Amino acid sequence: MHWAVYFPLVIPLLAAASAGPLAGRLPPVAATWLLAGSAVALAAASSAVLGLLALTALVRIPLVGAAGKMSEQVLSRGDPASVPVAVAAGVLLAAAAAGACRAAWRWTAALLASGRQARRLPGAGQVVVTDDEAADAYTLPGWPCRIVVTAGMMRALSHPERQVLLAHERAHASAFHYLFTTAARLAAAANPLLRPVAAAVGYTVERWADERAAAAAGDRQLAARAIARAALASAAAPARPASHAGALGAVTGPARMRRAGPVPRRVAALLGPPPRPRRLLLSAAVLLVAATGAAALEAVRDLDGLFDLARAAGVS
Amino acid sequence: MHTVMRDEAGQPGEGAGARRAAGELEAGVLAVLQAAGRPLSPGEVRDRVGGGLAYTTVVTILSRLYAKGVLQRRKAGRAYVYAPVADEPGLAARRMARVLDGEADREAVLARFVSGLSGTDEELLRRMLGDPPGPAGGG
Repeated sequence: MHWAVYFPLVIPLLAAASAGPLAGRLPPVAATWLLAGSAVALAAASSAVLGLLALTALVRIPLVGAAGKMSEQVLSRGDPASVPVAVAAGVLLAAAAAGACRAAWRWTAALLASGRQARRLPGAGQVVVTDDEAADAYTLPGWPCRIVVTAGMMRALSHPERQVLLAHERAHASAFHYLFTTAARLAAAANPLLRPVAAAVGYTVERWADERAAAAAGDRQLAARAIARAALASAAAPARPASHAGALGAVTGPARMRRAGPVPRRVAALLGPPPRPRRLLLSAAVLLVAATGAAALEAVRDLDGLFDLARAAGVS
Repeated sequence: MHTVMRDEAGQPGEGAGARRAAGELEAGVLAVLQAAGRPLSPGEVRDRVGGGLAYTTVVTILSRLYAKGVLQRRKAGRAYVYAPVADEPGLAARRMARVLDGEADREAVLARFVSGLSGTDEELLRRMLGDPPGPAGGG
């Protein structure tokens, strides 16, 4: 057990730093799969090596070592992790497990409640319009997912813009986006370093639905305008009707966009050209995550070998 | 709503596709009636749904929704005007919103069309839309 055991603990930091830029550069579908998959893989790998490190402390408790018939000498000589490090790893692992269990419990409860409510909503269609004046629109995860739009939101948008909104929410429902966001958030609950990755997944599923809606409408400008107007309407500051005709965009430099929130970034992305595949970037990211998994496996094998040796020495 | 848009473009689907398209049209018509806040005639519904639906298609959809018990209707002049039954979807959705509001994780499970805006975001969006700058209601 050498550097391999610490590799999976460091890579989540890199993932956290690169999640935002990746979410902005990769096509949304690829970005969502990559980021959600990486979050889960990295959380699993980092938890696994924490477990390994903790185990090295555990077997050095004489009673446990004796029960496994292991040589204490071999263990302390062959193992690079000092006892304090191993104990710290054990504490972190316990915290990670507690965090993940608590989050899983809460998400399950929230999803079940949402599913119950989605089922209970009357009406034949997938879409339910409430007579609420505040502009709002969302998809309720469930079996099936339901789409709720308030009358305020319906009024704030023109008919083609409403089509964009509904296509966007339908994309969330049909592609099970809540599964991606939930998986990423559970991973972040187990390893808080991955929180920026989970946040990036929240952004990429929105982009995914935006691109689907733009493709359905056949008009990226229209999709961009629908999002901008809906956002202003829900901020209780509706865009003035005069703004209908003008062309969007070309008012912001990249420096300003970098500090912008998710909605302006989504609008700007739709005003730009459709996303390119960027296979090289994607492959590099996938390779790094795979390397992290391999490092965790290597660490497991390493420790297993050490235990075998200790057991052999313990018997003789 | 792309299925509906395909229909509007004059390429109706077949089999399951047509059934799905019919369902989406019904949902669209129901949404229009729910948003209207008053009973609408088939002509008004057609105008609000947009996309060049035939008048007879709208009447067929309205009759089907009436038969399903989703809509109520009354005679107004020569035609019927239609409204959602007792706004039940609205009631239920409001009830649901209240229930979910009580749960801390509501935001986490809902996929919102648009998330909150900062002041800078709002200004950026206004400029993108070509609105004159300034605070809400400023012009």
